[in-house]
Amino acid sequence: MTKLTIDGIETEVEAGATILQAAESVGVEIPRFCYHERLQIAGNCRMCLVEVEKSPKPVASCAMPVAEGMVVRTTTPAVQKARKGVMEFLLINHPLDCPICDQGGECDLQDQAMAYGFDRSRYAEGKRAVKDKDFGPLIKTWMTRCIHCTRCIRFMTEVAGVPELGATSRGENMEVTTYVEKALSSELSGNIIDLCPVGALTSRPYAFLARPWELRKTDSIDVHDAVGAAIRIDARGGAVMRVLPRTNDDVNEEWLGDKSRFANDGLKRQRLDRPYLREGGRLRPAGWGEVFAAIASRLKGLPGSAIAAIAGDLADCESMTALKDLMGRLGSANLDCRQDGAKIDAAVRAGYLFNPTIAGIEQADALLLVGTDPRREAPLLNARIRKGWVRNGLPIAVIGPNANLTYGVQDLGNDSGVLAEIAAGRHPFAAVLKNAQRPMLVIGQGALTRPDGAAVLAMARQAALSLGVVKDGWNGFGMLHYAAGRVGGLDLGFLPGPGGRDVAGIQDAARAGEIKVVWLLGADELDMGGFGDAFVIYQGHHGDHGAHRADVVLPGAAYTEKNATYVNTEGRVQRTRMAVTPPGEAREDWKIVRALSETLDQALPYDTIEQLRERMKAVNPVFGAADRIDPAAWGAFGAAGAVAPGGFESPIANYYMTDPISRASKTMAECTAVFVRGQEGKTGTHG
Amino acid sequence: MLRDQDRIFTNLYGLGDWRLAGARARGDWDGTKEILGKGRDWIIDQMKESGLRGRGGAGFPTGVKWSFMPKEQGARPHYLVINADEGEPGTCKDREVMRFDPHKLVEGALIASFAIGAHASYIYIRGEFVREAQNLQAAIDEAREAGLIGPNACGSGWDFELYVHRGAGAYVCGEETALIESLEGKKGQPRLKPPFPAGMGLYGCPTTVNNVESIAVAPTILRRGAAWFAGLGRPRNVGTKIFCISGHVNKPCNVEEEMGIPLKELIEKHAGGVRGGWNNLLGVIPGGASVPILPREICDTVLMDFDSLRDVRSGLGTAGVMVMDKSTDVVRAITRLARFYKHESCGQCTPCREGTGWMWRIMERITVGNATVEEIDMLEDVSKQIEGHTICALGDAAAWPIQGLIRHFRPEMERRIEEYRSARGRAA
Repeated sequence: MTKLTIDGIETEVEAGATILQAAESVGVEIPRFCYHERLQIAGNCRMCLVEVEKSPKPVASCAMPVAEGMVVRTTTPAVQKARKGVMEFLLINHPLDCPICDQGGECDLQDQAMAYGFDRSRYAEGKRAVKDKDFGPLIKTWMTRCIHCTRCIRFMTEVAGVPELGATSRGENMEVTTYVEKALSSELSGNIIDLCPVGALTSRPYAFLARPWELRKTDSIDVHDAVGAAIRIDARGGAVMRVLPRTNDDVNEEWLGDKSRFANDGLKRQRLDRPYLREGGRLRPAGWGEVFAAIASRLKGLPGSAIAAIAGDLADCESMTALKDLMGRLGSANLDCRQDGAKIDAAVRAGYLFNPTIAGIEQADALLLVGTDPRREAPLLNARIRKGWVRNGLPIAVIGPNANLTYGVQDLGNDSGVLAEIAAGRHPFAAVLKNAQRPMLVIGQGALTRPDGAAVLAMARQAALSLGVVKDGWNGFGMLHYAAGRVGGLDLGFLPGPGGRDVAGIQDAARAGEIKVVWLLGADELDMGGFGDAFVIYQGHHGDHGAHRADVVLPGAAYTEKNATYVNTEGRVQRTRMAVTPPGEAREDWKIVRALSETLDQALPYDTIEQLRERMKAVNPVFGAADRIDPAAWGAFGAAGAVAPGGFESPIANYYMTDPISRASKTMAECTAVFVRGQEGKTGTHG
Repeated sequence: MLRDQDRIFTNLYGLGDWRLAGARARGDWDGTKEILGKGRDWIIDQMKESGLRGRGGAGFPTGVKWSFMPKEQGARPHYLVINADEGEPGTCKDREVMRFDPHKLVEGALIASFAIGAHASYIYIRGEFVREAQNLQAAIDEAREAGLIGPNACGSGWDFELYVHRGAGAYVCGEETALIESLEGKKGQPRLKPPFPAGMGLYGCPTTVNNVESIAVAPTILRRGAAWFAGLGRPRNVGTKIFCISGHVNKPCNVEEEMGIPLKELIEKHAGGVRGGWNNLLGVIPGGASVPILPREICDTVLMDFDSLRDVRSGLGTAGVMVMDKSTDVVRAITRLARFYKHESCGQCTPCREGTGWMWRIMERITVGNATVEEIDMLEDVSKQIEGHTICALGDAAAWPIQGLIRHFRPEMERRIEEYRSARGRAA
């Protein structure tokens, strides 16, 4: 600990802290532009200058480490003069276009100018103009506004690990650019919009749509992957205008993936805003009563074994609970929440969770990735792995698709045989894991969707046990999910009951005519031709694959339109909050199930969401505590069996389109065209 | 005046052979092994005692700088980096050393590296110095072939390799941390200090960065003794120094002289006097472009050393003496320097990036008189807003010449503004 005095306040801070951090700890605010606590210190904006006794010149407080007995002054005339000088320099070449700038109202430069600016300019020369850059479909540039803080450059280089941004030229000709003009190919690129302290980098899809003071802000949770990033939904009227990250150090720090940030325009397109009924081969708009009656008549007299339900990737826990209870009353055991057919064993909770936790990655000292491409399946989690690699030199090996993960990996080859070698302790990397204090083994869905997935899982469990990945005080076994609804479904047991069928079984039985009614709860990632002549009820919010096959469409609510529970890949129970109301006649999903249960004379015993949540707690006590992680008990899972040779494929080929919302998003379509299709089939004559 | 036997750079004018044989004849590489044999601490103590202050401009005591390096090499190697990116306008001393006396630098590099525990040293040479880089490389090759450097250098048991790295033409790369960045292959931008290079320099390893001249004089100091060097010049400003005299003098030249020689004597003895006589002198920039100009009244008496020039609010800098006679358009001259600093600002930190261009533009207008008298005060204020607020000293270097101009030649600036106004029939 180091003692120092800041503006007459004596304080003690950790040695190695900077003056700026020390000042913050005692409530002394120091203005800054380039400094950001999650990025390396640049010290280039010079806004944070303070006076330090015995130092002849003012010092940049963001970069200067504290020293014993230091006396710092932040309010002297000299400091004020220095800050005003820097502010003047920043403003002389900054356009006075706040009225047409999207950053207006949430602009650091604007705010600081209120404190340190002057009401007129002494600058009589011509202002600098800088040509705008094309950073792709997500980021709009207005480079004349750039104040060269280099936060964007540092973020892309350090956090995203995609060093595509840099500065060219010197002095006042310095420009932030991609060198050769190209779209930023990181899945985290949108974060530079938040980082930019001025309006040089703004959101392209959100351009000129709203002003920050017009927006209604709702704290919520993201569902575009299984990370469960904390988000803030900014809405105006009935429309979600934008999605921004919130700080949650345990999950997303303060970053957000591009899909989660930009797919919200998909919430306005292809929406199911009223019930539909198929008649004469075509879906026609219908009333709620009409569709309920149609369902009731169809279910009448059917044995439970002829009914099935499949929950999709975006299904929330409330609706799954209600649907499961309803299916129970109808006598059906044909339930599944694993529409990709992953052979996950729900018997042991630790067997399907990311046990080391996302923040725990930073403590790991060896990591094996099996059958996963975290950059596409969970970019925020991938950023944590990169952080561990950058800060701690985390050794990482991969058995799986050979992808650029933004950090150095040892590619062990994409073959299940390598995993067998490691499990048997014969592979060199087995020794790395064994000698590590906190080794991690991450298994992705790509390894589990194979026909022998259960055996692969058992083998991974065996490897984890024999190599000390699971030991007292540390569980380094992590299953990485990509579907937000998956862990919740597993926790609720939305799985085949005794004698029940799984997804493949349901489809087989439907084709064979044994299953006559299939309820798809937002399940779209299925072969819709595989249901034979079964009567398909689709409950969801988008006119996607499922709705096209459906005989009855029940319009549900998207994640921004309901208070719902999701469990992230770590097993963290989190809740979304309703930011806008569902469109048209669409309703919150659990209420639809509850209402239908009444029509079927099987009324479910809960009328409010509180009662429903009590029921969830009864099904699984983990739902009793939100935003918390309790270590799950280890046990036996997976199924012994032969593992076939061959590699693992990541289930996500196109990061930008993985669910009905992102498939309906124009922005995501543009990203797909640029980043996914753009990589395919290029020849020398493509510009 | 410096006696011939006290000269260190005896081949400054290239009259003798610059190769190894010639260098040996002039006394270089004599007893290097014995010097190294006396150990690191002895060398550093001698350098401290000699009072040598860094010749690159800032004048930090060289021996003290060397003593900042960790005593024992830890996990990371030590490096010596020699700053041969001589870009200061009006300065051409290192060029002559590398051209005509490269072995002094090579020998000095070995000794300095030994003293700071470095087995490798890099010479970062200005890209435009093509011939100099060739001569330097030839000298390194000769020395290596003769076993003077390389494994077991001079038979001392110390392994030492010396590399030449050519710059690409950025003035700011003469700043030690920007030089390190550039040497690492990055954009030449100064780093924040702390951490200082002695703790975390090249590739994050302990590094000492020294000017060519500082390194090149070290072997002679150690051979002839610290007391000899300390006996030259004035207290705290000792030894000899190469002065580069350019501009309106009859015989522009480089000359090695004692520190503290009167400016007038320096110009009259060595440069053949000011063109048109001393009375025709307008002013002198005594230490390279980045120090304030001195008017004639001060030039009459000022001594050429760090402290004397500091006392008259200028500086010794690199001792690039630029002489201007009364034919000079002094405002235009300083405007040209302002443009230079605007062009060479790295763009990293705000005051320098934005301020240098602003100052230059005002200066351009004042040059033709298209300004107001108040703008002179504003210009000075802007220069003060830059000075001391930047990461490196380039901001100061850009501010000082303008401050010097305003301090000593303000009437000339006002006269122009007046003239411009009256020519257009408007009140001033």
